[in-house]
Parts: sequence; structure tokens; C-alpha cells
Amino acid sequence: MPMSENQTIQTTCPYCGVGCGMDISPKPVKKSGTNLDSFEVKVVGSENHTANFGRLCVKGSSAGETVDFDGRMLEPQVNGEVVSWNSALATVADKFSSVIKEHGSDAVAFYVSGQFLTEDYYVANKLIKGFMGSANIDTNSRLCMASAVVGYKRAFGSDTVPCSYEDLDLADLIVIVGSNTAWAHPIVYQRIAAEKRRRPDLKIVVVDPRKTATCDIADLHLALKPGTDAVLFNGLLSQLSEANVLDTTFIENNTEGFQAAIDKAQEQQGSIAEVAEQCELDEQDLRQFFEWAVARQKMVSLYSQGVNQSSSGVDKSNAIINCHLATGRIGKEGMGPFSITGQPNAMGGREVGGLANQLAAHMDFNKPESIDLVSRFWNANNMAQENGLKAIDMFQAVADKRIKAIWIMNTNPVVSMPDADAVKQALLDCEMVVVSDCVQSTDTTNVADVLLPALTWGETDGTVTNSDRTVSRQRKFMQGPENAKPDWWILSEVAKKMGFDKEFNYQSAADVFREHAALSGFENNGTRDFDISLLDKISEGEYSSMESFQWPLSANSPNGTKRMFADGKFFTASGKAQFIAITPRPPVHPTTEEFPLILNTGRVRDQWHTMTRTAKTAKLMAHKDEVYVTVHPDDAKKYQLVEGELAKLTSPLGEGKQVIARVEVSDSIRPGSLFVPIHWTAQYSSHGRVDVLVQPVGDPLSGQPESKHSPVKIEPFKAKWYGFILSREPIETQGIEYWVKVKGKQFYRYEIACTVRPVDLEVWTDSILGLDGDKVQYQDASGDRYRSARIVDGRLQSVVFIAPSIEMPSRSWLGSVFTKNEIDAKTRLSLLAGQQSGAKDEGQTICSCFGVGINTIVEAIHKDKLTSVEAIGKALKAGTNCGSCVPELTEILAKELK
Amino acid sequence: MKQKLILIGSGMVGARFIERLLQEAPDKYDIRVFNKEPNGGYNRIMLSPVLAGEKQLPEIMTHDHDWFEERDVHLHASTEIVAVDQQSKTVSTDLGATYSYDKLIIATGSNPFIIPVPGHELPGVVAFRDIRDVNFMIHSTATKKKAVVIGGGLLGLEAANGLIKRGMDVTVVHLGDVLMEVQMDPISGGLLQKSLEANGMKFAMSAQTSEILGDDFVTGVKMSDGRVLDADLVVMAVGIRPNIGVGKKLDLEVNRGIVVNDQLETSVDGIYALGECVEHRGMVYGLVAPLYEQAQVLAETLAGKKSAYQGSFISTKLKVTGISLFSAGDFHDSEGSESLVYKDLSQNIYRKVVLKDNKIQGAVMFGDVTGSNWIFDNLVEQNDMSAYRDTLVFGEGYQPSASQSSEKEKVA
Repeated sequence: MPMSENQTIQTTCPYCGVGCGMDISPKPVKKSGTNLDSFEVKVVGSENHTANFGRLCVKGSSAGETVDFDGRMLEPQVNGEVVSWNSALATVADKFSSVIKEHGSDAVAFYVSGQFLTEDYYVANKLIKGFMGSANIDTNSRLCMASAVVGYKRAFGSDTVPCSYEDLDLADLIVIVGSNTAWAHPIVYQRIAAEKRRRPDLKIVVVDPRKTATCDIADLHLALKPGTDAVLFNGLLSQLSEANVLDTTFIENNTEGFQAAIDKAQEQQGSIAEVAEQCELDEQDLRQFFEWAVARQKMVSLYSQGVNQSSSGVDKSNAIINCHLATGRIGKEGMGPFSITGQPNAMGGREVGGLANQLAAHMDFNKPESIDLVSRFWNANNMAQENGLKAIDMFQAVADKRIKAIWIMNTNPVVSMPDADAVKQALLDCEMVVVSDCVQSTDTTNVADVLLPALTWGETDGTVTNSDRTVSRQRKFMQGPENAKPDWWILSEVAKKMGFDKEFNYQSAADVFREHAALSGFENNGTRDFDISLLDKISEGEYSSMESFQWPLSANSPNGTKRMFADGKFFTASGKAQFIAITPRPPVHPTTEEFPLILNTGRVRDQWHTMTRTAKTAKLMAHKDEVYVTVHPDDAKKYQLVEGELAKLTSPLGEGKQVIARVEVSDSIRPGSLFVPIHWTAQYSSHGRVDVLVQPVGDPLSGQPESKHSPVKIEPFKAKWYGFILSREPIETQGIEYWVKVKGKQFYRYEIACTVRPVDLEVWTDSILGLDGDKVQYQDASGDRYRSARIVDGRLQSVVFIAPSIEMPSRSWLGSVFTKNEIDAKTRLSLLAGQQSGAKDEGQTICSCFGVGINTIVEAIHKDKLTSVEAIGKALKAGTNCGSCVPELTEILAKELK
Repeated sequence: MKQKLILIGSGMVGARFIERLLQEAPDKYDIRVFNKEPNGGYNRIMLSPVLAGEKQLPEIMTHDHDWFEERDVHLHASTEIVAVDQQSKTVSTDLGATYSYDKLIIATGSNPFIIPVPGHELPGVVAFRDIRDVNFMIHSTATKKKAVVIGGGLLGLEAANGLIKRGMDVTVVHLGDVLMEVQMDPISGGLLQKSLEANGMKFAMSAQTSEILGDDFVTGVKMSDGRVLDADLVVMAVGIRPNIGVGKKLDLEVNRGIVVNDQLETSVDGIYALGECVEHRGMVYGLVAPLYEQAQVLAETLAGKKSAYQGSFISTKLKVTGISLFSAGDFHDSEGSESLVYKDLSQNIYRKVVLKDNKIQGAVMFGDVTGSNWIFDNLVEQNDMSAYRDTLVFGEGYQPSASQSSEKEKVA
């Protein structure tokens, strides 16, 4: 067990799809008051990892601060009662068995996660597809890169990312499409930024309706009309053709369908003027982009959620890929269509086939021989025969009671799915909801019937694959909670209880990995891109010390594969890449008179998904601490929104489905568009779940939801009062209309607002903060301001400020008081002023009448060269009223002049 | 040739007036001062610390015989004016001498009020007004054990505190249910009582004295509800009355005090009055700060300068070591007033500022009076405090311009 002190363990970051290598030095510390071990974990970037070469972003470098067991799920639970593992597993196995028996295989479903390790993913996929007889397994990766998968498959016949990160260093033009790389993939961004500094001639074009932080390094920002990416790339295809820079040999020998694609592009995107009009872009800017794209063969198109999260996300991918195929910009250094994934192991999930429209190991249900192959390999007794339900349809089937038992693993669909409130209701009404997670209280665990405590990052072993096909080991570096288990173990135990002892008799993660590697090579013979069969007999020791590699890793490519399709051969039936003729389609739900604004969603820099990990560290909460809505100044004026106040957003999904967010007025967003981040949950906010507004509509091919284009309306949230609470312990938020919770250093901060004023603010505050300790209060009754603090054992326990407007002191000084074990009288008086006194320390008061302290007197004696009591009186007034301090002044003077 | 100026009374205010006059008009007057007490001027405010043993008598002398002599001012100590002849502009002393004047200044101060209950003249009953009273009390503490102080106002509490410091068992009998009810509201008064009790002071609140018991020396105090408190020293500290005897003799306009105008002139030309014996615009003042203002105005007026006294805002502080309180203006809630209240009752801290039309109308503080001078200055100047409202009650240190303004003050 690699857990002794002074040892460095290499692993990868738990966050985004960049997949940075990390060197970890864990140090066990005994935590007082609990019997749980705790760890101080030092994290640095691995110098030799090809994803980051030693660099880490702020999220990654803070990962060590998130490994405490606060809020962890510690025991199996059924209907709110702690039970034994044996009992919990039996409950799950029995229910799934009986549902399948009574209602058929498609009445059960798994909803899993791109944060699964590959081994966990593999077992989940095998269990449901091979032994439960259903392909109803989908994953939160559906929300992230499903369109990119289908795009690749349509073009290449396989879900293959052709590029390496290295291509970013070698490109002459990087087109960043629908990706705020600076925030979502900081290390990739820094890599590009570094290259741009080294080689200023490298051109960077950002295609994004928003002016994001990524635009800082852009030579050109194309703030196109939301949803018009396919228009832009059809336009580019036309212009590449116009400029005669097509690679006709490559088109001829290695592709099919070019003519249809170019014809379609030229139909409506034949001229720059047409494209400019449809994308609402400046012609000059477009011309510049096209000129660079024409002239620069070494072009990487780096794309992400802005392309994928769309009802035409697959078409957008193919519009991009078409341009690369037409110019032969693929399979060579410094070029390629590069989809970058959001999650640490979205790629691993794709490799095992852990999506409803995949079978396994980069095989699909569209070929009966593939189903047969997998069935034989697994020795499956109940093999699924066709695609299962993709996420949106899956939760719809739960709502319709077609699915009666669902097992959600390590993801939070009550937050992240479109029409999230409908998903929540569907789960509440479902016969059996099982949730495996490492966190006890999430919006999703709160609606579960059975809870299974999983180990998490750093506590368990496995592999992950990042955006450029690099497979890395995630390694255990600390002991997890006693009763938490690896997901592959939990799944295998349920399988065994369902009667599949032999097929799920895994002893270790390496055991699973060997089988996964073997399947990738099973009857492959070069027909499938994904092949890591060289590792199918890897020993435990070799697995333990396994170095990162880029797949495929097989007899044909024993050192891994940096770039795919270098040979111009693809995995389609004909072996040729496919052009797809693209007719750009607008988003499904247009704006209307009642819902005139487009809601865009996305990440912020320092948060990850639903904040279960990142919200644990005060450092990461400091960047963007509250759910916000970005509004263009024109719209702010139009809808009477004020910076820093609150706004209410609703959609055609219903008035009851609301988001309330802090208004941020900025011209970084287009007029008519709004942006709200995705991270806030019911654990951290009253109304911060943006997905309650997102329409449950997806791409017809990929099923990926259109999360970046939902019609909404916005109006001021008419708060009667605003306030904030800082508290050492979490508070009960029931009855507070608007609140967000922010973790600070040794305290929680709540920003609150209500439309109805409590009759008595003191009574209200007592009910929230309790009656323990000393109560300090400030009241400005006619000004409607109330403040109160609780001091327990000399330490600040909690403080509340309430005011009729947002004008309140900064919370930072008050927050800092929570780190003090004792507060002096001056600090105590300052608490409800919300700030430190600016007055200098006067020292002991000498002249009471004029409040002159000894320090002031001594200073004046020296500075103004005062030699008599009268002179002191003239300078400071001291001693000129009642005169009782004259003797002391005389004494001080004598002493100072000595 | 110098004009003749006669001052009756060389207490704190009288002496301060002479001091100011000599500065404003050093050679204008030939000054003669008559004082009933044997001493020159001393700081009466400091009698409390003397009683408490924190200061000695010589330390509080401010204007002794030499001081007057050095300034060519004729001081007639232990001398009372018995008659004034306005026709001839002369005064006669109890020693039979007569002096003429051009300007006559009355600064006879006030007398302690003695409740005329049975037994009030018994030996062992004392007021708390002058050095003699203090000497008597200090002397008593050597042999007496139990004291009752009648009156829970400023002076009564300072007297009680002094006696406790000198080892006596002291009970304060107070008519109302709030100590210092003129300066304190019920919350601050309650905190004050609690703090003094912690120092060992006892209280009989809402208690009216009906009789002082004893045959040839005081033995106790009986209250109207029948309760009896044993005592071998009784201090009467229920208030002061302006000493208006001279004013009456001269047939000046007299109300509660000798009535003066903004130049401190009485109803008779050439006769002025200042200090605790006067009534100005209906107000009688008993604290030193406004009276010093009067002294300055009168000095300027008699120096021939244009000057006017327009009344004062007053603020109060209690001279009991370890107890901080502050009170100024009208701190009661009223129609149109807005109050800002800070309470930290477990620390005995309370601060209240009352605004009207965004101007400070009054303030009362207990336990922590930091920044009260800034609040008082703004009360006096009647500044608009809208911009400071959010942190006003916390004092100057929390205001945006705190550092600059104190810089400015220093330059000034």
C-alpha cells in the first residue's frame, strides 16, 4: 500500500478532460473529535506527463484541500436507515432482478459518469448490457461530448480523436470553437498561450457568442449568433474551395461524399456576405478568418461544449471535420479536428462503450457480428440487442414509469439534466432509485431509496483516458472511509447476488483492466481503432507502475499512437473518410415575444460540475462565489436590471421553475443573450440550478441536450431586503426565499434576499442563528437595518447583516475574524460595523473631555515640538476643558522632554 | 484710567472668567474678587477623585492666592458681599468695607439641595459640594462603617463610589427606577446599576426618603414604604439650586436663576452674571463645559468685542474609575426621530444615537464610549449625517474619512 510518509505517488487530476499528471505527497493526520483518519495532501504537477509537463491550474493544485471526509457518504443506507453492505447489495440485486422478471430488461437503467474510472465503467457496461439484457446505460458524458462522438463516427467510422496536445504546439492556426478553454481547460489554454508568446505569428481565432477569458490571447474573436457554427464552417468550406487550397488527391483517394458537401455549403454559405449575415458577423472579420484558414495548412480546430451542446451538434462537428478532410488537414503534425472533453474520463467511458448508443470497446449495435463477438467474450447470458435510451429519453422513461429501477452512479442528474425539476420529480416517483456516490447529501442522493458509499479520487485504483487518447493510472494514495468501496466492487457484488458469480469474480482493478484490454483486441485484427490488447496480460505489479500511453497500443503500435489516420485509412466500411453534407439548422426552441432572450450556460474557472468537491475549498469559492447571470448593458436597461442586485429567470417550462441569480452587467455577452453558470445546486443555492430552465431537447443523432440555447425571460427579483450570514456551522435555510451558500475559511457564508420582510428581525435571526452564546445587536429600525452576531467561548460563531438594499460592507474582513480564537474588545465592537476601525490606536485616554489618548499626545509633543501644557492644549485641545488631566499632561511632558 | 470690575465668586467659572478676561483685555480693568470660601479657585469636578483617594487636594487647586497676586487681581477670600448700592455702584462686605465698581459680575454658583425631611439637620448628614464636605466625608470614613447616599444622579454615584473606595458599606437611595435618569435611558441605566453593583454598591430604587433617623447623630434613613437603612453617614446628593441670593437682593430679574441675555448681562445695565447661578434662554447649566463657554463670551464682551452666547449642548461623563458612559442631547425616541442602537449586553455595552432629519439629536452610551467626542462634535455642529448613518453609532473610526479628518485636525 503506497501510503508511507515522504513518498510521492503519481496520479491524474480528478477534474477536466485535459488529464494532467499529478505528483502527490500524502501525510496522514489524526483529526480531533473523529475516529476518521485525515490527510494533508500536497499536490504538484508531474513534470513528465504529456498533458501538463508539471503545470496545474488552480482547481488541480487545490485538489489536496478537498480530500477531507466532511460530508462524505460513509455507510450503505436503505430508505434513510444505515444497513450492512450485504443487505444493501441484496436490496439492489433483488429489486433489479424482480423488475426485469416482471417488466422486462428495459425497465431498468444505469446512469453513470465521466468521472468513473475505466474499470468501473467497464463493469457497469458489462453488467447491464451482457447480463441484464438492456443497453439502458447512459452517462453524464451525454451532456458533454456525445455530439463529438457521433461526428467522429460519421466521418471516420470510429470514435477517434485524431490529434495530440502536441499539435497545439505545432499549429500555425488554432480555431477555438465553442470553448472557454481559459476556464474549462486551463492547462490547454496555458499551453496555447505559451506557444503564442513564443511564436507570435501563431494565429488564434475564438469562435464564441461570448467574449470569454479565452479571447485574451485571440487575434480574432468571432462573436457569432448563437447556434450558427455550422453556417460558419460551411462558409469556410466554400472559401477553401474558392481559394483552391483543397487537397484534391486526399479527397479523391481517402474520402467520400465531398461533392454533396460542397454543393450544400455553397447553396447558402457560398459567399462571405451570406455567412456574415447569417452569423451576424462583420464581413471584414470573416474575411480575415478565412484568409488565415486558407493560408495556414497547420490548422487545429479545438472544439467543445459550444459545438456539442446543440440540437445540431453532430452536424456542427461534421461541418468542422469537413474542412479538415477537404484540405487533408488530418493525421499530420499541427493539424486536425480536436474535440476536447469536459470530464476526466469521458474518453474511458467511450472506450468501454458506456453509452446507450454504443456496445463495447468501440463496437456498436449496428452489426450483429459485434453483438455476437461481445456476447461470446463476456459469456453473456442475456445480451442486449439494440441501443438503449439516451439520457433525456431515459429520464422521460423514468417519468413515464417505463423504467422502474434506476441506478445512478457518481453523478448528479437532478442538477445537470435539462428540465432538472422534471428529472427530480421523475426520480421521486420512481419505484427504486439507487445512488452510488462519495457525497452523502447531493440533490440526487436526496431523492434516492438506496445509497451506496463509493470511494473517490485518491482512495482507489484505476485508469482514465484524457482528450488526446492518453491513458493514465489514477492511483490510491490515501485510505478512504472504512465502509466505502470501489465502484467496480459494488457493481460486481450486485452482479454476483443476481447470480453471475463467475463472470464478475474480479479481485482487483487490474483484473478488470486486463479483461477490458483483452476485449479491445478480441477478434480485432485492425478492424477497430480502439485496441490496447498489448496490456491484456499485464501483472498486478506492471499495472501498479504503468506509464501513460496513447492508444492504440497493440502489436502493430507497441509504443502507442500519437496521431491517428496518418496513413489515410479510416474505419468505415470503405476505409474512406466521409464528408457529410450539412444544412445548418437553427436551435429547436426559438425566442418568443414572451421569452425573448437566449440562455447560454457554461462553466466558471474555479468550479467543477456540481461543486461537491470544489465547494469544499474556500480558495476556489473566492473567484465566483454566487450564481450569476451575465446581461448585456442594453438588456439590463431594457429589463430594469441593476448590477449586483438579483434577477429572476423563467422559461416556457413553467413559472415554478425559476433561477434567481446575481446580475452581472457586461458587454462580454451579445444583446439578447444571457449566461448562467452550471455549477450551483440545491445544496449551495435556493434557486441556482440553471438546468430547470433548459429545454429537454437534444440532437436527433447524439441525444446531447441543447444546453446553450434556451428561450427565457428575465425580470428583477423584487427583494424587500438583502442580507448575508456568516456562520461557523451550516444554517437551516428553510424559509429563506433566496440564498446561496459559500464555503469560507472556517465559516459558511450565505447571501440572502426575500420579498417579504419578517415582522421582527431579531426573532427571525434568533430562529436562524439560535440562542447560544453572547448576542450582539445593531438596529436601525427606521432604516430597516439589522445586524447581529453570536459569540461563543470568545470566538465569533455567526454574524448576520440585513438591509433594504445591497449596500452592505464587504464580507472579507468579517470572514477573517472566524480564524481568530479570541476577539478583543475593539474587534468585537467592529463586528457589526462590518469593518475594522480606521482610527489609529489612541492608547490610554488622558483627556476624557476631548478623547485624547496618550499616543496622540506623545506624538504631538515630538512632532510639533510642544514644551508646555498650554501648547498641548492649543494643539490637541487636551486639558482645556475641565482641566483634570493637566497633572497627567505635565507628567507626560516632563517624561518626554527628559 | 482702568475701569473697576468686581467679581462675586471665584469658583471654577469665576476664575476661568478672570483668566479669559486678562487674555482678552489685559489692561482694561482693575479687578477685585470676593470669595465666600477661604480658598482661591479649585477644580470642583475633581472633588470626586479626591474623595475616592485617587487625587490629593493640592493637585486640584487651580487658582490659589499667588495666582491672583501675580496677576494684580485683588482676592478677598472668606469675604461675603452683604449689600450692593446700585445708585453709587458700590458693594459692602461682611467686614464692613465698601468698594466701588463700573462692572459687577455675579458668579455665585449654586447650593446643594437638602430635602427638608425630619432629621435633615442632624450631625452626620452632609451634602457633596465643596472641599469642606469632602473633608468631612473623608474624616468620617475613618470611624464610620455604613453610609446612605440619597440621590442616584451623577454626584450621588460619584460620592457613593468614593466612600466605597474608602471602605464603607454604601447604599444609594434613588427616587426613580433608573439611575442618572436625566442622562441615561432605562437600558444604559440598568447597565450602570449592574456595573456599580459589581463594585459593591447597593441600591434602594424607587425609594423615597421620609425621615433621617437619629438623636444626636444620624443612625439611619427611613423610607416612605417603612423600610429603614442603618447609616452613620448620610450624603444628600439630590441636586443643586442656583444661588440667586445676590440677584434677589439687587432686584434683578430672577427666575430659576438670574436671567441673562446672550451677552450674559442681567436685567440691569453693567451687572453681569455667569455660571450655575444664571438662567439663559430658559436653561440652567450645571456642567463645566457650557459655563466655560459663558466665561469666554463674557470676557470677550467686556473686552469690547462682539460676542454672544447661544446656549450649549451638553455631554456627560461619569468620574467613576472603570465605568464609561456618555450622554448628550435628547436621546429619547420621539415623533420623526430615528434611532441607531448597538447592544452587547453581555459585555455591558450599549450605544444609541438618535437622529432627526439626519442630524444627531442625542446620544447615550455605556460601557464603550469610543468615538463619542466625534458624535458630540457632530451633534453640536448639527451636521447632516446621511453619509455616515450605516456606521455612525460605532464612531469616527469607521467613517470613510476617518484618517483624513484626524489628519486635518492635527494640521489645524
